[in-house]
Amino acid sequence: MKRTISILVENHAGVLSRISGLFSRRGFNIDSLAVGVTDDPSISRITIVADGNEYTLEQLEKQLNKLIEVIKVKTLSKDELLARELMLVKLSATPEKRSEITTIVDVMGAKIIDLSLTTMTLEISNTNFHLARFEELIKPYGIIEMVRTGTIAIQKGADSISIKK
Amino acid sequence: MKAAEAMVKYLEQEGIKVVFGYPGAAVCPFYDFLSKSNIRHILVRHEQHAGHEANGYARITNKPAVCIATSGPGAINLITAIATAYADSVPMVIITGQVSREQIGRDVFQEADVIGAAEPFVKHSFLVKDVQSLPDVFKKAFYLAGTGRKGPVLIDVPIDIQEAEIEYSYPETVSMRAYKPSSKGNSLQVKRVAAAIAESKKPLICVGGGIIAADACEEVYALAEKADIPIVTTMMGKGAISGYDERCFGMLGMHGVSSANKAVTDCDLLILIGARVGDRAVRSPVFLAKTTKIIHIDIDPAEIGKNITVDIPLVGDSKIILNQLLEVVEEKTHIEWIEHLRTFRKTPSFTQAETGYINPKEFISKLSDAAGENTIYVADVGQNQIWSSNFFRVKKGRFLTSGGMGTMGYSVPCAIGAKLASEDSNVIAVCGDGAFQMSMMELATIKQHNIPIKIVVMTNKRLGMVRELQTKLYEDNQVAVSLEGSPDFIKIAKAYDIPAFRVTNMETAQEAIDKLVRNDGEPLLVECMVSPLESTL
Ligand SMILES: Cc1ncc(C[n+]2csc(CCOP(=O)(O)OP(=O)(O)O)c2C)c(N)n1
Ligand SMILES: [Mg+2]
Repeated sequence: MKRTISILVENHAGVLSRISGLFSRRGFNIDSLAVGVTDDPSISRITIVADGNEYTLEQLEKQLNKLIEVIKVKTLSKDELLARELMLVKLSATPEKRSEITTIVDVMGAKIIDLSLTTMTLEISNTNFHLARFEELIKPYGIIEMVRTGTIAIQKGADSISIKK
Repeated sequence: MKAAEAMVKYLEQEGIKVVFGYPGAAVCPFYDFLSKSNIRHILVRHEQHAGHEANGYARITNKPAVCIATSGPGAINLITAIATAYADSVPMVIITGQVSREQIGRDVFQEADVIGAAEPFVKHSFLVKDVQSLPDVFKKAFYLAGTGRKGPVLIDVPIDIQEAEIEYSYPETVSMRAYKPSSKGNSLQVKRVAAAIAESKKPLICVGGGIIAADACEEVYALAEKADIPIVTTMMGKGAISGYDERCFGMLGMHGVSSANKAVTDCDLLILIGARVGDRAVRSPVFLAKTTKIIHIDIDPAEIGKNITVDIPLVGDSKIILNQLLEVVEEKTHIEWIEHLRTFRKTPSFTQAETGYINPKEFISKLSDAAGENTIYVADVGQNQIWSSNFFRVKKGRFLTSGGMGTMGYSVPCAIGAKLASEDSNVIAVCGDGAFQMSMMELATIKQHNIPIKIVVMTNKRLGMVRELQTKLYEDNQVAVSLEGSPDFIKIAKAYDIPAFRVTNMETAQEAIDKLVRNDGEPLLVECMVSPLESTL
């Protein structure tokens, strides 16, 4: 079962290595990891998508909480989260293919961010699932290079992961 | 003042009287000021032993103890000791020198990333990059090491930081928003535990090392008395209750005694307190959890549900929780249940060893009976550890051993630390001939600093524990377990001017025991000759 876990950590050097070390040491498999600073510059937020059964995920949460620099851990359930991933892709696209590709870009909610005589560079931000479909659609044109971030996620509605001051 | 001087003052502020270490260029500024303080420095003969000595000292004082090493090889030599302390939740603050800040990451002479190397084995670690953070780092290190689930905390201090100027100050308190060790138990859960005890016909308490760390031995006993519950211990919990007490049914587990293991299988309610249900203690937790109601009390939430499925989890400081429980648990008796368990208690009978050897189990049993109330017994690792666990019964003293990591060579240095922490106690280290050769250089530390511990070496000329494994599982194909080539340990001891003699029969054994139990301010080494075929259980 895939789970999305949000972790608030002290924005210190070395925190990420402690967290990734913990994952490999305890045999937790992670699909993706994304990290960035929050509105409070002393805190970073890490989003992890991990695979595992109930036991593994409970252990994972507890072990993360033991790290001194981990402020808060929350596993987000599928129904309550908005998740996004960003993908940049350089496609081989001669001028005659451009309009076809533009249709796909429009329908799928992507953006064209660069052009050359032989290539188009596209940007799309959506769920992991949506990105997979997009990739399928553009693949036949010839992907030259593709890069994507890990998933980041936030709760729906007014709920938030914050720390008690 | 120089930061190096401030570091010494922080230690004084933390009440540190003794430190264990080994110098080198990268910690010289710190040593320079250490020598000008009243803190006693014990020069070890290998950094690993500085760690084990601090470990022994910490386990007796129940407060963080300090060890020191230089950068690179010095720091890396500490790793085994750090891991050993971590596995047994022993509070330690480890100070290592590091190359100067601008050299970090360039692979300069004696640079090693000890923070990275030790990461899996520390509760937390600090690489000091800003001299102004130094007071906070020290305060936090001691606070983290000594609170919650205790453990080793590493401070890596680049030499240019030690040399930098700093205005002296030391915080009174620390607060870390992400670190709030739990203390009181949830009162609803406490009531559920009390109800489960009231309902149970065959309850059993199993205590682990956590009880000793929480200083909750009296409270556990009070609870056991009030609700008339028998007690078994893990290896780390040995000594939480006297082994001579009627209520104590011994150590459980793979190497435990039958009365304890029978109690675990037959009980209807198992109350685990400060015990993490390690694989050596409970071999088939899944099976046990199916037939028995399990209560797990522990300060570390991550231990609950990790190794065994629990019916009633209760997180918090066990001393506080036990006091909460004592208020709500009703008095009752379990005469039949305890009577049932008594039938599994065996009075040991010892077979006569072949000529030239003694029976080690009998020796330890006799040593146990003769030992003073407050004896601190330090068991090493190997067959001798199991003999010690099963035949040394603690009175009011302590039983120390490397339970989690099973680190050979732990006993002699740990005993040195323990002795320095409690000079009134007689401290006896018991080890195998293999393990002794991993730490016998500490005889020099004993001599140099006049630390009168007693040492028993059980010589079977084998790595006995492994030999037995090979005999049983590998068709007796004995590989790399012969200790042929070992020196004469009596001569070794005498070379250090430490009195020593060899025991080859039960008469000389008695003489040895008489001397070993005497806290006479003299170190002593006794070598017991043991048959290579002696079995562990
Ligand atoms: C540092 C270390 N290395 C290896 C082992 C594996 N090991 C466990 S028991 C043992 C044999 C110990 O031999 P000895 O100290 O002579 O004790 P005996 O079993 O003979 O009583 C070994 C090698 C260990 N526990 N620790
Ligand atoms: Mg041996």
